[in-house]
Amino acid sequence: MVEVEGLCHWYGSSEMRRQVLQQVNLTIQPGEVVLLTGPSGCGKTTLLTLVGALRQVQQGHVRVLGQDLNGSSRRQRQQLRQRIGMIFQGHNLLRCLSAEQNVQMGSDLLPNLGYRARRDQAREWLRAVGLGDHLDKLPHGLSGGQKQRVAIARALAAHPRLLLADEPTAALDKQSGREVVDLLKRLAREQHCAVLMVTHDPRILDVADRLVQMEDGRLIAAPVPEPEPAL
Amino acid sequence: MSGLPGLAAIWSRRKIPLSWLLLTRQPARLAVALAGISFAGILMFMQFGFRDGLFDASITVHKLFDTDLVLISPRSSSSVSMAGFPRRRLVQTLADPDVAGITPVHWNLVLWRNPKDLSTRSILALGFEPGDPLFTDPGLAAKAKVLNQRGRVLFDELSRPEFGPVAEWFREGRTVESEIGGKRVRVGGLVALGVSFGADGNILTSSETYQQLLPNTPPGSIEVGLIRLRPGSDPAVVIKRLKDSLPKDVNVLTKQGFMDFEKDYWRNSTAIGFIFTLGAAMGFIVGCVIVYQILYSDVSDHLPEYATLMAMGYRLPTLLGVVAREGLLLALLGYLPAYAAGQGLYSLVRSATRLPVYMDTPRAVLVFSLILVMCMGSAGMAMRRLGDADPAEIF
Ligand SMILES: Nc1ncnc2c1ncn2[C@@H]1O[C@H](COP(=O)(O)OP(=O)(O)O)[C@@H](O)[C@H]1O
Ligand SMILES: [Mg+2]
Repeated sequence: MVEVEGLCHWYGSSEMRRQVLQQVNLTIQPGEVVLLTGPSGCGKTTLLTLVGALRQVQQGHVRVLGQDLNGSSRRQRQQLRQRIGMIFQGHNLLRCLSAEQNVQMGSDLLPNLGYRARRDQAREWLRAVGLGDHLDKLPHGLSGGQKQRVAIARALAAHPRLLLADEPTAALDKQSGREVVDLLKRLAREQHCAVLMVTHDPRILDVADRLVQMEDGRLIAAPVPEPEPAL
Repeated sequence: MSGLPGLAAIWSRRKIPLSWLLLTRQPARLAVALAGISFAGILMFMQFGFRDGLFDASITVHKLFDTDLVLISPRSSSSVSMAGFPRRRLVQTLADPDVAGITPVHWNLVLWRNPKDLSTRSILALGFEPGDPLFTDPGLAAKAKVLNQRGRVLFDELSRPEFGPVAEWFREGRTVESEIGGKRVRVGGLVALGVSFGADGNILTSSETYQQLLPNTPPGSIEVGLIRLRPGSDPAVVIKRLKDSLPKDVNVLTKQGFMDFEKDYWRNSTAIGFIFTLGAAMGFIVGCVIVYQILYSDVSDHLPEYATLMAMGYRLPTLLGVVAREGLLLALLGYLPAYAAGQGLYSLVRSATRLPVYMDTPRAVLVFSLILVMCMGSAGMAMRRLGDADPAEIF
């Protein structure tokens, strides 16, 4: 699914050049849910953008969904991204599209499917994330948690094998953050979709199959905590 | 029928109409854009309309002549400064086997006194033998009989109102008299010719009356010679023969050549064409600036969303296509009101100025093409902003 070996990354050029990732090794199995934590600025987002084929790999080895990302072309990365679902810290929905249309922007990436089929899939996904009653709402009419759930539906609508999420609960309160993460995990499980999620939020670490900690551009394995006892 | 399955396939492959939604979900901005485009379109319609209308109007009278070829003096530069040439030359053309008939025509601007307020104004006077064919309109021959009486004129009822209520008075049965160059004339009938660029009105007289009104005209001199050919003869061949046989003190033109001669004068010897083309260019530039501003800020505002789409795996050309389609939609939506307003303004211009300004297909297509270039060019410029959308920066 994901194989990262000896990955190093630098920002800036010449004297301003600063190393952000140092010899990162990481493997994710199909269907595995991996959480990545670590202090702010340690390079988590950078790792995510490299795995998500949003940046050119500088040094080391990255293989995602069977495709080598070293020396990949713009076009190869764009095509690979169609098979990776992404969920952002902000929901990044298109403001001018309704919830249903936003999700359909995801299913529109599927080849060989008629308009109706894609629309029906979009509706299915919105029902799956519990927004069946909000199909025609514009993003500004939805709450933060609802928007993030639309974003999850959109990411899953393109049938990805890998889901990348960068602090998806950062803008949410505890209750809806928990709901969003549980939903994410459940749907990913059903789709046999692997998840790599960056989070700061100690309350949601228990959804992980595996927990990976990053410090100053290096990875350290960490034990998965027990679920919080229900109050 | 074979097209239907293809269409159905295309229809089922359609995607979310992103361009349309981007435009319509911001109605205020769309309204500004459409107002700008329509304004530019209307300005172009008006400027081109006036320009073409003025050029067309310069040959209102020329179009009416019943003739195949026209003789004029090479010293004539336009309908407002026609020079004379010997009438003999026109008679000589009768020697050509293909010439069926001729009509000598006197042509000059004279001062007409308004019978109501006694002001004077320049009017075009055509003098001819009342028995000769002059215009293709067959109704003229009967009316022309009255010109056999001295001092009678046929007045063009389409002349501008500044010449006085001549037509109304005549229809009421009143005797309408006026003065031309100090000589008394009486209106013996009405004709409908139309104003042209060089003449605000027209009168027809017999050659004899014409000589009286303009006593300085050298005897035996005319300004225009009409030559009608036998059916089946080739005008180009006859022109060649006449040019070879006639001295160089006359020019032989086809009727079309006579009209072009007049149009070319106004086109080339005056700033009219330049002024109106400049006006249209201003409209075009203003439109470009407005559309560019709108599309550029539209792309800028949605830059994070475009970057999101790129992160999702949409291709850059697909997103460029979204902006291009926005430009296309703006062009279509902005053109329609401009076209409608153009129609209305043209009819207003026609009634106010009597210029023959009509919405013809070439001009409608020209203005649409310019609006299309305006919108697509602006979209192309706005697209450069899309290059700034970096999907790596949105996490
Ligand atoms: N585009 C960039 N150019 C230069 N430096 C950057 C860029 N993005 C991030 N950085 C720097 O790289 C380091 C790691 O950033 P990031 O991967 O975003 O960390 P995290 O997501 O763990 O907070 C930070 O110090 C940040 O300032
Ligand atoms: Mg980060």
